Amino acid sequence: MSTILFLEQTLNGVQFGLMLFLLAAGLTLVFGIMDMINLAHGSLYMVGAYFMASFVQATGSFWLGLPLALGATALVGAALEMTLLRRLYGRDHLTQVLATFAIILIANEAVRIAWGSQPIMLNAPPSLTGPVTLPGGLHYASYRLLIIGVGAAVALALYFLVAKTRVGMLVRAGASNREMAIAMGVNIRRLFTIVFALGAALCALAGAMLGPILAVQVGMGENILILAFVVIVIGGIGSIRGALVGSLLVGIVDTSGRAFLPLVFSAFLPPQLASAAGPAIASVLIYLLMAVVLYFRPQGLFPARG
Amino acid sequence: MKVLATAFAALLAFNAQAASELKIGFLSTLSGPAGGIGIEIRDGFNLAVKLAGGRLGGLPTEVIFADDTLNPETGKQLAERLLKRDRVNLMTGVVFSNVMLAVWPTIEESKVFYVAPNATPTTITGKGCSPYFFSASWPNEAHHEAAGAFAQSKGFKNAYLIAPNYPAGKDALTGFKRTYKGQIVAEQYVKLNQLDYSAELAQIRAAKADALYAFLPGGMGINFIKQFVAAGLSNEVQLIVPGFVSDQDVVRAVGDPMLGMFDTSHWAYDLDNDANRKFVAEFQKEYKRIPSLFAEQGYTAALIIDQAVKDAKGKVEDVKAFRAALMKAPERAKTPRGPFKEAANGTPIQDYYVRALVKDREGHIVNKKISTILTHHQDFWLKDCPMK
Repeated sequence: MSTILFLEQTLNGVQFGLMLFLLAAGLTLVFGIMDMINLAHGSLYMVGAYFMASFVQATGSFWLGLPLALGATALVGAALEMTLLRRLYGRDHLTQVLATFAIILIANEAVRIAWGSQPIMLNAPPSLTGPVTLPGGLHYASYRLLIIGVGAAVALALYFLVAKTRVGMLVRAGASNREMAIAMGVNIRRLFTIVFALGAALCALAGAMLGPILAVQVGMGENILILAFVVIVIGGIGSIRGALVGSLLVGIVDTSGRAFLPLVFSAFLPPQLASAAGPAIASVLIYLLMAVVLYFRPQGLFPARG
Repeated sequence: MKVLATAFAALLAFNAQAASELKIGFLSTLSGPAGGIGIEIRDGFNLAVKLAGGRLGGLPTEVIFADDTLNPETGKQLAERLLKRDRVNLMTGVVFSNVMLAVWPTIEESKVFYVAPNATPTTITGKGCSPYFFSASWPNEAHHEAAGAFAQSKGFKNAYLIAPNYPAGKDALTGFKRTYKGQIVAEQYVKLNQLDYSAELAQIRAAKADALYAFLPGGMGINFIKQFVAAGLSNEVQLIVPGFVSDQDVVRAVGDPMLGMFDTSHWAYDLDNDANRKFVAEFQKEYKRIPSLFAEQGYTAALIIDQAVKDAKGKVEDVKAFRAALMKAPERAKTPRGPFKEAANGTPIQDYYVRALVKDREGHIVNKKISTILTHHQDFWLKDCPMK
């Protein structure tokens, strides 16, 4: 294997990790701060991608569509929080799982009614459809470089928001001790609505950024949500830093498993066995990673609380 | 007294009519990520029923729809409901092979005919063939065999193969290799429903193969094609896919990146015959979109049922008579594919085409027929079927 290919696969891993981070960041915010298991996070991701596709079609521009999709999905998120999810905070996790699972089913049907059951089109802006040549002669999809850039920018922005701003301080206060924060006069209800809307906007960003390389279709959220949950469990629930490290780990482990395991196996196994074992083990590799991390650090790598 | 007699007569007439009514159980995948395929088949089927004035084979026809949600267990329960409670005379509709294999024993035990508008798994066409099974689509491996033959005819020296790591994926590549004699650079199996293909695409680029055969159904194919083109690989390797992962349902979701690909199919929207022109025009009029091969399969299944019920004079329960009528129906019904014969195991013996994804005069991306790659091609597994 050449150095270039090795570098490319590493870049692919980072890129896939940042793709997952876009979704995991919102999930970990809501899960960690509001102590709420929101399975419907994937539905907001789907709604975001559908809004994006519609707005891009209506405005004819990817960059005009993006803020519109983010805003619209944030509104949907806020409305969802104020009407429904707010009633679930005091309940146990099982009730939350059941209720938000119901939201998945309702959202899927609603999207089908509004947009039809066939996948719809969302393509990258024309300037980013092809590959670029990186130093060293490596061809890389320019749109994937954009995903890397956006993922990194979101990580920085969230870190700044949570660590350096007043809203972030309130968020941290609400997360570490909700009753005390209320006693100190923090309007927790409003804060939670804002956090949830922010989480929804992050979903929309993920949906909008990933739509051009993934299928925009009913049920698109469930598949990727599983990976996002793996990421936040590895990273530590509620921690943005954990979500970033977790998603990079998952991205790199998954990609290198797919890229290198078959080669490793074919070196010391008969070809028949190697070609069967490679994909099989590569597909469970991230779950192995999760098991190992949880064995040594049951709270994840960067637990937000205690 | 007279009133009573009239009422009695009316009731009798009602009874007679009910007995000669055609009840079709349409069990399909109509929701979820793959629901679009079932809906294409359903729309094609419904169109044929509508054009026949709601009477297939001259009998008043009721189609009862059921959604298996791509869950074999749900499919099995729904099949029992359709057969036992609704007492349907005929079954059709299943999209996916895994659902088909789950519901098939129930249908066969009930001695009800099944007309396949899609899934035609090799286990039901080979050793396990049955007089109650009749395919109006294509044997599971045929499109892959056509793709292999196409790669062979183009003189591609070597090919890279990629498919999901599940039984149909392995069958697909087996089918391709049966007709392709060049060198196989790699057979790559990916996880079912994989999202990101960057690792595989990097390896494909490094392998420098002439041709790439990708069998990635549904959303997987959409993801793969988008990422394949974004990586700039379309200039380096020729992508070939089976027609059912690149038809209009996928074109509407991917758009321009599809241009320049080749696929294989038993049908094309521009096949030169009157029945096909009528089908495409009526479908566009009814649904405002270009039909896909799935829609054609649903439409053809309904036409074949129509013809067979007519020829068997409505004796849908008479195994011998209805089987005989079904076997002759594809030659007599005016299907968009033109007349074709049916092999003894109930699978079509038909031509397969190579289609290119190009823009038509109005700027729509279409799957345009460019050549016929296999003629009178029959199911490889026919040899294992004891029915002659």
